[in-house]
Amino acid sequence: MSVQATTSQTVGPYFSIGLTRLKKVDLVGPGVSGERITIAGRVLDGDRKPVSDAMIEIWQANSHGKYAHPEDDQKKPLEPGFQGFGRIPVDERGKFSFTTIKPGAVPGPNGNPQAPHIAVSVFMRGLLRRLVTRIYFPDEPANAGEFVLNLVERERRATLIAKKNVNQIGTLEWNVILQGPDETVFFDIGL
Amino acid sequence: MTHIAGYRRPYPGTQPNHLHPPYVSSIKRAPLRPLVRIPHTLTEITGPQFGSESVDPKDCDLTRQHAGEPLGERIVVSGRVLDENARPVPQTLIEIWQANAAGRYLHKVDQHDAPLDPNFTGCGHVLTDSEGRYRFVTIRPGEYPWRNHYNAWRPAHIHFSVFGPAFAARLVTQMFFPGDPLLPYDPIFNCTADEKARNRLISVFDWETTIPEWALGYRFDIILSGREATPWEE
Ligand SMILES: [Fe+3]
Repeated sequence: MSVQATTSQTVGPYFSIGLTRLKKVDLVGPGVSGERITIAGRVLDGDRKPVSDAMIEIWQANSHGKYAHPEDDQKKPLEPGFQGFGRIPVDERGKFSFTTIKPGAVPGPNGNPQAPHIAVSVFMRGLLRRLVTRIYFPDEPANAGEFVLNLVERERRATLIAKKNVNQIGTLEWNVILQGPDETVFFDIGL
Repeated sequence: MTHIAGYRRPYPGTQPNHLHPPYVSSIKRAPLRPLVRIPHTLTEITGPQFGSESVDPKDCDLTRQHAGEPLGERIVVSGRVLDENARPVPQTLIEIWQANAAGRYLHKVDQHDAPLDPNFTGCGHVLTDSEGRYRFVTIRPGEYPWRNHYNAWRPAHIHFSVFGPAFAARLVTQMFFPGDPLLPYDPIFNCTADEKARNRLISVFDWETTIPEWALGYRFDIILSGREATPWEE
């Protein structure tokens, strides 16, 4: 028997009622290894106006490149203080910020390592389906051979790579731009 | 090295496009460039998992979160979370949120001139059991106006968020009620081309879960994407 996946619908404007309880903007618990980073940015619409009713969810591996999930059977350590999930609402000015650790490399097709990345889902009023994207890291030599980045037109790859914030060490900038010349690259992963 | 079996892509027409102009908010928020299709990797076939510590058993009864009972018609909403291979999705977290019986959300942005209910927050959480079953007790939400177009009213609905077994299977949707006269006019309900897919968002009145002298039952099954094939060793 085979059935079809349920149709996606928007979170609408009032999602905070149901979704705030799982809010998590600092993913790093006690005893977690790795380079601590803060990623901050904004969500902007087609008029470059800030989106005040959006939420992002992130999913990532720990610093060893291991996901806290039963299907990750790599022989790498799990850390109880790091589950790899974050749920980050934006504020009235469309701004968001979260603190995590830089993930280690996880395997991609044919077992070749993927460049360190964070998977992102974007939800908001007006989006009938979530948007899926990834955050990659600046000054990361592995980006050059990263198969996902290489599936993207060269001119658009920069939208996926967080920028160093010259004023604040340890803080990266990464934005969600919904439309326009620097529209963020979004991925089709199915649902 | 283990080959990764990805999650199935949706059948054509069964999922909305991001741009759906009758839903006005989608016009400036839908990306205009084509999405870049990527294969599923370990990143996409894993995802956050939540255990029983993340839910309180009381969270599945939205009528008992305050000192008094909320106004409105009590209902029981239950169903199963399955995948496209009809296998149950156990131990997965469902979050719901909804308007009160008068059609008002407990949210600062909701300025609809209808009363708030001091005994109703409109938020619930539950984990599916080993058979993928879930059950909420709540009140039937009211229809409410919105400013999408002239005289626009949302049909009664409950918002559902489901994590599923993997990042690739994450789903947010809405459950509607059978016979709602507003359904044909709602651009959100009608965003999906496939009529059958759309109609699966409408719950079914259910005698079996209806409780005599107390509450009507509605059944709403949720299907998440299924695996393409079982993983094999290369
Ligand atoms: Fe709603």
